Amino acid sequence: MSIRVRYFASLKETAGRSEDRIQIQEPLTAREIWRLLNPDKAAPETMLAAINMEYVSLDALVSDGAELAFFPPVTGG
Amino acid sequence: MSIILCEQPIEPWKELEAYQKNSTLLKGKYGACNIFTGVMRDFNQGDTVESMYLEHYPGMTELQLKHIAEQGMRQWSVLDCLIMHRVGAVAPNDTLVLVACWAVHRGDAFDACRFIMETLKTQAPFWKKETLATGRTRWVEKNSEGYQ
Repeated sequence: MSIRVRYFASLKETAGRSEDRIQIQEPLTAREIWRLLNPDKAAPETMLAAINMEYVSLDALVSDGAELAFFPPVTGG
Repeated sequence: MSIILCEQPIEPWKELEAYQKNSTLLKGKYGACNIFTGVMRDFNQGDTVESMYLEHYPGMTELQLKHIAEQGMRQWSVLDCLIMHRVGAVAPNDTLVLVACWAVHRGDAFDACRFIMETLKTQAPFWKKETLATGRTRWVEKNSEGYQ
């Protein structure tokens, strides 16, 4: 399964990069993918996630071909 | 409904005048227009702020703004809605956001505009990074409450 993972705002700085592309053998949750890609960085308590540009829980399963994004609480307006 | 992200300064009153003039949907039909503009301050949390960068998530930001506007227009009787939001580098006194709702009567225009603005503050993927007068940069961690 191929997944594109994107990081925004302060989480881009935490991760040290703006995106990853990974291949996984079985479905993983958003939280598990964060742990897999950032083993030495605990996910911030306030971290939000989106799959294919819609908000999801960190426990949501990520499907093949999805775009997963991690970001902090939003501060627009 | 129109959702517009702008890299260049927004001139809200010119934009509104042009939008109303060009809208065949609104001509003769609306009795109320409620407008909100949000503007960048030169201070925050006790510090002088010199400039700011507004990051967004291209594609998701527009999609979430569309969801928010549609929800407001479903919940209240709104004829049309305009949302404009700056992205990229901004300076104090720049208009950051414009929300306008047109309705037959004022109640729907007031309430829908307020709902859209408050929901935008918590749901639309934008992130502010401030540059202070000292040269230090910092991410704004959360928005202020709408009622204080």
